[in-house]
Amino acid sequence: MILIVSNSIRDLQQTTKLAKMTDKYTALDYYKLDDLLTEEERMIRDMVRSWVDEKVIPIIGKAVDEGRFPKELITEMAELGLYGATLPEKYGGAGVSQIAYGLMLQELERGDSGIRSFASVQSSLAMFAIYRFGSEEQKMKYLPKLAAGEMIGCFGLTGPNHGSDPGGMNTSAKKDADGYILNGAKMWITNGTFADIAIVWAKLDGVIRGFIVEAGTPGYSAPEMKKKWSLRASVTSELVFDDCRIPADSLLPEAKGLSAPLTCLNQARYGIAWGVVGAAMACFDEANQYAQTRTQFDKPLASFQMIQEKLAVMATEITKAQLLVYRLGQLKQEGKLTHQMVSMAKYNNCREALNVARQARDILGAAGITYEFHSGRHMLNLESVYTYEGTDSIHKLLVGADLTGIEAFR
Amino acid sequence: MNIAVLVKLVPDSTAVVKIGDDRRYISTADLNFVLNPYDEYAVEEGLKIKEKEGGDVTVVSFGDDTAQKALRTALAMGAGAAVHIKSSGGSDMLGTAKSIASVLKDRGFDLIVAGKVAIDDDCGAIGPMVAELMDIPHVTAVHTLSLVDGKLTAERDIEGGVEVFESTLPALITAEKGLNDPRYATLKGIMMSKKKKIEVVEAESFESKTEVIKMSYPPSRPPGKIVGEGVEAVPELVKLLKEEAKVL
Ligand SMILES: Cc1cc2nc3c(=O)[nH]c(=O)nc-3n(C[C@H](O)[C@H](O)[C@H](O)COP(=O)(O)OP(=O)(O)OC[C@H]3O[C@@H](n4cnc5c(N)ncnc54)[C@H](O)[C@@H]3O)c2cc1C
Repeated sequence: MILIVSNSIRDLQQTTKLAKMTDKYTALDYYKLDDLLTEEERMIRDMVRSWVDEKVIPIIGKAVDEGRFPKELITEMAELGLYGATLPEKYGGAGVSQIAYGLMLQELERGDSGIRSFASVQSSLAMFAIYRFGSEEQKMKYLPKLAAGEMIGCFGLTGPNHGSDPGGMNTSAKKDADGYILNGAKMWITNGTFADIAIVWAKLDGVIRGFIVEAGTPGYSAPEMKKKWSLRASVTSELVFDDCRIPADSLLPEAKGLSAPLTCLNQARYGIAWGVVGAAMACFDEANQYAQTRTQFDKPLASFQMIQEKLAVMATEITKAQLLVYRLGQLKQEGKLTHQMVSMAKYNNCREALNVARQARDILGAAGITYEFHSGRHMLNLESVYTYEGTDSIHKLLVGADLTGIEAFR
Repeated sequence: MNIAVLVKLVPDSTAVVKIGDDRRYISTADLNFVLNPYDEYAVEEGLKIKEKEGGDVTVVSFGDDTAQKALRTALAMGAGAAVHIKSSGGSDMLGTAKSIASVLKDRGFDLIVAGKVAIDDDCGAIGPMVAELMDIPHVTAVHTLSLVDGKLTAERDIEGGVEVFESTLPALITAEKGLNDPRYATLKGIMMSKKKKIEVVEAESFESKTEVIKMSYPPSRPPGKIVGEGVEAVPELVKLLKEEAKVL
């Protein structure tokens, strides 16, 4: 016999058998995609999944409430090998498959989009920019330290007046005797304030070029942008350049034109398309478990047709999203990926993950607005993910241009 | 230090286990299998000793081909070698222990570490049986271990106290929770484990002298009861605790 007296929200959750934090997560795999994974892909996925269970889930509600990125996880993630995982070992990577990389991000985002964003920026934006466009000296100087979490990177493309249209940026670089002088500002930059290096995109003689700017360089500052209601467990910053002098060897030699930063974004968007599936899976599982334990009108919520319809649609959209990224991963591995294919997965999966999170929040009723449950937090996070690295509309326009041959966004 | 760690693949501890149609074994369909949690402590202890004293860790598992998953997990954590003692059919505890002991006996291990118990059948017998069959000392359910000058000191909890053992090597210990904090397999470890080969040895077969004849579920528990909310519920709660639950 269980006898319970209740008062606070916490007690209420116990009386309704909702002590969520202790409930085990069940990952939706309706079409048995597990069977398509290699043994090491499954091992990597399971390892990150249990790490997230142990290290992220218990602390994330509080971190979000405090609007704090849990920096204590940086080194641990590095030790697990989560930064630059697809890069060769020489640069500190583990040489894992594209699907393994995707699964890793899926699991991190099952914890929180802010944690996944941190890893994405470090790996797909900062490390990848140096790996793809840097000189061998730059690679050896920065990549092993970034992989080890001894250095944090950020990626500054968006400016205050140029988001969807980054090509119009007015951050400028001028050549001088011993290097370059940067002027201008970036906005909405993930990891900015505590990053040791920033990959900064600026126009040099009218052409977009990439520069590695080290923290502490005079004329460079990175104030944090506070008061966000989304991605609260992630640091978002401005980058300000006021006659900031950087040495000549900070230029990324191979990056010329807007296509360079867009190549990096394409890496990151691939990871986002995977990541948001994790957030959606978390929300579905929470809503499904809740619906089976919460009773109204003397019956579990799950016994009502309208709730079942919601759960069925959520599971269907998650399954479709899983199939999309699985195939995307194969194409990426085979080198057959186009950036428009990535756009399609990015906008579809972000939109559907957001829909799933909203439905989950609804099924949870009032409990869904608290940090004791995950769905509301995921829902708010996904609003950022829906917008960053190219909004829903912009990605549709890119696919539209590919299908019709007519660019409609200029 | 040449260390062997005995490992087993078991159903995930949170899995809902169902009894199979033959009523003699569990149904394995849709079950997620993992390295036995106590074996994680055993592997970690082996790795820690290796890192301090040098040598190598060989993980050993008895069973059908699925046993290789447990070995892969341990290799990904950092074990250097793996031996799969391949059994064709099932075997009882003593048969299993004899097979393992026959493979281990000529390999010159200084220390053998096993988990205290496998969480599936809950027997906890294999470790001590293997030691007895090999005629080496053993200490079970060890939570603190140190190795000095070719001797081990092992501590285990007993009711109301701690027992401290000293033993010569070679010896076998079984790992209790708290012995250490098992590491996660890293991405690099997982990628490297793919390159390590698992040695497969056909198990010498020994006759099973015991047999599982039936499995059944425990009797179901009566449902809980909510007596009310807030302070008003206290008198009723106290009354029920006294009269029905008889705990006050
Ligand atoms: C939390 C967070 C973190 C971020 N991190 C980074 C980072 O690390 N690095 C970085 O460089 N940037 C970062 N960003 C910036 C992000 O990439 C931009 O916000 C995004 O590209 C959209 O730009 P914008 O906000 O200026 O919106 P705008 O471009 O002003 O768009 C506003 C609205 O207009 C629509 N729109 C714009 N143009 C068109 C068109 N042609 N046709 C139809 N509709 C259109 C958009 O879809 C959107 O709905 C981050 C943003 C957030 C919120």
